[in-house]
Amino acid sequence: MIPSNFSYHKAKSLQDAFALSASLGEEAKYMSGGHSLLPMMKLRFATPEHIIDISKIEGLSYIKEEDGLLKIGALTTQTEMERSKLLIDNYPIFKDASKLIADPAVRNCGTIGGNIAHGDAANDQPSLMLALRATLVVEGPNGKRTISIDDFFHGFYMTALEPQEIITEIQIPQHKKGSGSAYHKIERKVGDYATSGCAVYLEIDSNKVCTQIGIGLTNVSTIPLRLSRAEELLKGNVITEDLMKEAGKIASEDCEPSSDLRGTEAYKRSVTNTITQQMINKALSRAQN
Amino acid sequence: MKHEITLKINGETVTKEVDSRLLLVHFIREHLNLTGTHIGCDTSNCGACTILLDGKSIKSCTYLAVRAEGSEITTIEGIAEDGTNHPIQKAFHDQHALHCGFCTPGMIMRCIDFLEQNPNPTEEEIRWGISGNLCRCTGYNNIVKAVQQAADEMQNQSV
Amino acid sequence: MFNCKTSPEVGGMGHSVKRKEDARFLHGKGNYVDDVKLPGMLSMVMVRSPYAYAKIKNINKDKALAIEGVLAVITGEDLAQFNLHWMPTLLSDQQMVLPTDTVMHQSQEVCAVIATDRYIARDGAEAVEIDYEPMQAIVDPFKALDSDAPLLRPDKEGQKDNQIYHWERGDRAKTDEVIANADVVVKERIFLPRIHVASIETCGCVASYDKDTEKLTVYLTTQAPHAIRTVVALVAGHVGLSEEKIRIIAPDIGGGFGGKVPVYPSYVVAIAATFLIGKPVKWIEDRSENLVNGFARDYHMDCELAATKDGKIQAFKVKTLADHGYTDSSANPSKYPTGMFSICTGSYDYEHAFAELDAVYTNKAPGGVAYRCSFRVTEAVHAIERMVDKLALKIGKDPAQLRMENFIKKEQFPYASPLGWSYDSGDYHATLKKAMEMIGYDDYKKLQAEKRKEGKLMGIGLCTFTEVVGAGPSKDFDILGIAMFDSAEIRVHPTGKALARFGTKSQGQGHETTYAQILAEELGIPYTNIEIEEGDTDTAPYGLGTYASRSTPTAGAAAAMAARKLRDKGKKIAAYLLEVSEEDIEWEVGKYFVKGAPEKSKTIQDVAFAAYTNIPPGMEPGFEATHYYDPPNLTFPNGAYICVVEVEEATGAIDVKRFVAIDDCGNIINPMIVEGQVHGGLTQGIAPAMYEGIEYDDEGNVLNGTFMDYLVPTSVESPHWETGHTITPSPHHPLGAKGVAESPTVGAPPAIANAIIDALSPLGIEHLDIPITPAKVWEAIQAHKK
Repeated sequence: MIPSNFSYHKAKSLQDAFALSASLGEEAKYMSGGHSLLPMMKLRFATPEHIIDISKIEGLSYIKEEDGLLKIGALTTQTEMERSKLLIDNYPIFKDASKLIADPAVRNCGTIGGNIAHGDAANDQPSLMLALRATLVVEGPNGKRTISIDDFFHGFYMTALEPQEIITEIQIPQHKKGSGSAYHKIERKVGDYATSGCAVYLEIDSNKVCTQIGIGLTNVSTIPLRLSRAEELLKGNVITEDLMKEAGKIASEDCEPSSDLRGTEAYKRSVTNTITQQMINKALSRAQN
Repeated sequence: MKHEITLKINGETVTKEVDSRLLLVHFIREHLNLTGTHIGCDTSNCGACTILLDGKSIKSCTYLAVRAEGSEITTIEGIAEDGTNHPIQKAFHDQHALHCGFCTPGMIMRCIDFLEQNPNPTEEEIRWGISGNLCRCTGYNNIVKAVQQAADEMQNQSV
Repeated sequence: MFNCKTSPEVGGMGHSVKRKEDARFLHGKGNYVDDVKLPGMLSMVMVRSPYAYAKIKNINKDKALAIEGVLAVITGEDLAQFNLHWMPTLLSDQQMVLPTDTVMHQSQEVCAVIATDRYIARDGAEAVEIDYEPMQAIVDPFKALDSDAPLLRPDKEGQKDNQIYHWERGDRAKTDEVIANADVVVKERIFLPRIHVASIETCGCVASYDKDTEKLTVYLTTQAPHAIRTVVALVAGHVGLSEEKIRIIAPDIGGGFGGKVPVYPSYVVAIAATFLIGKPVKWIEDRSENLVNGFARDYHMDCELAATKDGKIQAFKVKTLADHGYTDSSANPSKYPTGMFSICTGSYDYEHAFAELDAVYTNKAPGGVAYRCSFRVTEAVHAIERMVDKLALKIGKDPAQLRMENFIKKEQFPYASPLGWSYDSGDYHATLKKAMEMIGYDDYKKLQAEKRKEGKLMGIGLCTFTEVVGAGPSKDFDILGIAMFDSAEIRVHPTGKALARFGTKSQGQGHETTYAQILAEELGIPYTNIEIEEGDTDTAPYGLGTYASRSTPTAGAAAAMAARKLRDKGKKIAAYLLEVSEEDIEWEVGKYFVKGAPEKSKTIQDVAFAAYTNIPPGMEPGFEATHYYDPPNLTFPNGAYICVVEVEEATGAIDVKRFVAIDDCGNIINPMIVEGQVHGGLTQGIAPAMYEGIEYDDEGNVLNGTFMDYLVPTSVESPHWETGHTITPSPHHPLGAKGVAESPTVGAPPAIANAIIDALSPLGIEHLDIPITPAKVWEAIQAHKK
């Protein structure tokens, strides 16, 4: 319940954050929403000597469409995303996911940037980012750069972020007519991490041919998993029930779940199959409306 | 490391010295002696510690006191004048939505935020809306009824 | 439905008056143990064993003591100097307060750090260095009796193996004979895993010893303050703590459910600490400590049910292996080591039964009786109700029909059960009929047939249970020798208002309201004019506390009896004031009047005033009465629950579509409060049925010791409960009331399990142990496909 001793530093700006991080070194961790890091510190699983609070940095909380992109500031909270009319109307996958991320009070603090930067395949947003083919804008003392979501996750709690770097913006190709998206996760109870989760984004043309598709899986692999083989199967084709079944089968084969308190590997593979089919189907019907 | 923080708590401005690692829930309970906010777990699941920070319901056990510098906090003690009831408190009483009372302050604070965002909720929306607050006593049926009553009353008030 | 004798203003039995205690809870002004702050108060944090079974080679306090603010580190060796390192359990076994050489379960308390605040105490706890030599733990209770199993309790004289006791009841030979000759026999091994009450407030205390007055005051999360006071006096008497100088205060308690009955080692350490240091010591456990501080259930039951080919039940046999953890500290009445388990013959009329049980030691936390089990009735009812459903499936009879045909009939009460209970009253047919009507049973059966044709998995599950509560008559029921009576003390003031105190202790059951309503019923004083107090052993009359649904049956009865003593005294005073003889006085709620001349009357308030101001010659002044009620029997609430579920074959997901609970708890004091108790118990019924179970690995490590993985239902998992009642009063209780709050935890898990298994029965699945999770369903479906 009580974290070990540490020193708290509030970053007033990005530059301030970088400077603090550089001077305090390896034992300093950034905290935005704090609802991944602080719980670990309370159980003393994490014992950083310094916390740099970046949650008060101005100008990093927004949701807008610009230059053909949906741009979300990294400090935008899950609740802000849940309530955004822009997202509800045009990117329903976010509303699907928001309802299932932790619980409402935690969502008031948790940020999308934090959910991604934590580098945990159990978090929900990473699979959405894969499905939506997001690009992350990252800033550090050496300037700004972009990282494709496919290059971002390196391992358990390990990402492409260099020391001092902070995600500042998430960019997603702006939705088009004929696009649909959906997310669901199977959980043991509300607020749990996923037993298995699946995010799907797709576009179909006037002939119902799938012209673009992204499928991401939650918590069934060490790093958030793109279901590339299923994407290749479906892209360029009309998505039939048979193809959906095959995609589900691929999902059960390509995921790498571990047996744990949420279920055996066999169970997880099976439900991954089921929800992948369900989410492709849901994204498809949304695309058709 | 010590920090001097100034913040508003139930309308009153306070300035206190806090350690970096002091959790907001302990600051409220021990430093401000407002013991209505409770602690029920150590993994941010139970919601007994829920308060309003700048109008939003948050779990004060997962928030550093020092981070609350400059904010406006409302706890259960601050939602109604002494001897009066907020519509939600009245509704909890009318609908028998509390037994032991331990989850109640956090539940009420969460309901205030929930109804602010969703003034006319369905039963399903209420159940999802309070899903971050555990109750072991009531079985939730009457809490749902209380939220429905409060929603009606607050809608009528604002008309 | 409720024929109230009193007006709503008086608020006697049957009125759903709103609760008197709500205001302080709604405003955050409750006074729970962690709210207690005393001058100079210190903080205590326990250091706990990471191992399930290990020798302690060395404890090094130096680094901890070097932290500024850490005042002491107390070990078993420190306590041994005062012979406080072991203490008796409620069932006359022994339990370590702190170990001197061996730890027996993961998370067992090893030493205590005392510091000036809890942050420093936690740092101190991290800094204590302990060398352990881990040993192979006994985790599987079936292995505990292997010939090569280590002797877990060498401290117990004469203990040769890991068996605690053997218990049996009934006629083994006759039961075996009937089973052997029966047309149909169904068998099953049913396992109820460990669960934890997980009340939202964890356990804790503030222990404060004053070296000048030699008085010990302990604010304690306890459901039984007097019993604790006596136990402390017995355990620590030799160091100078004498019972008249011990005060236990149970302030507001944030949920008990049986988890706040035991004397946890940390309480004793805190008391020792304050005794030695002379300053108040606060200990509040974290949730991850709480979830491993005790348990409920952990019974492996081998059941056999025998019947005729038409389904007439003839015999029931059960052999149980009970895993008690490393010591038997279960909070049962002393003559009932298996609690009320022998009610396992259920609501049915038959003659022959035999129950036996072997209790064993393992390297797990001690406990056993908690989580609204009503002293093991949850286990008993789960066994019989699963077996009745198995029987129904085997002979192809509708489970409701089978139950109706086997129920004890209304005319048969008081009914002598095969294992020796005398059920007081009930109309089981009416109760089940009401449940079936309320849910629309026949319509669901039709719907189920249609869905099954479509290959869909829909299930309907029943549970009809007889509960036994209200422990209990002193000749049979005691805790550590203290008879299980309970008490009420009423003081009516000159102005006709009252204060009443009780030997029980509410943890949310609403006693401040319901006891006032009982007194309002009996005396006619409005419930709003009656203050109720419980929990302070310096002021409350002696009682055995609140658990096992005993308050209404015992203390509620005491309230009625004490009130009647006052009424009798009042009659004499009224006669004196009205200048007639006592025989000419009649009583109508709140008023004494002259027979035949009702305009000549005195209110109870007039009489109360007179008791202080105008006392009849020769009469003792004052208007106060106390009663200690020794119940003549237990009471037997019952119920009929029906659950409808749909199961998704691909994922095992279970959707509870409807749940109807009809309870019969006799006469009802406050219908709103009874309904609330049922709702709460139903949610604590679906919890073990589908979500909760403490899991261990082979080394005795607890795998789900936080709320992340110990799955307490939220408002989303908890269904919209539908409730109702029938009323068959208890013939022996002064109010005809029975007690209710554990019926739902008894009745819901079998109803839900029966429903899910019914849904899966077309696939050939005949039994699943709870918790039945989607993963478990899926695995069962796959296994049956092979």
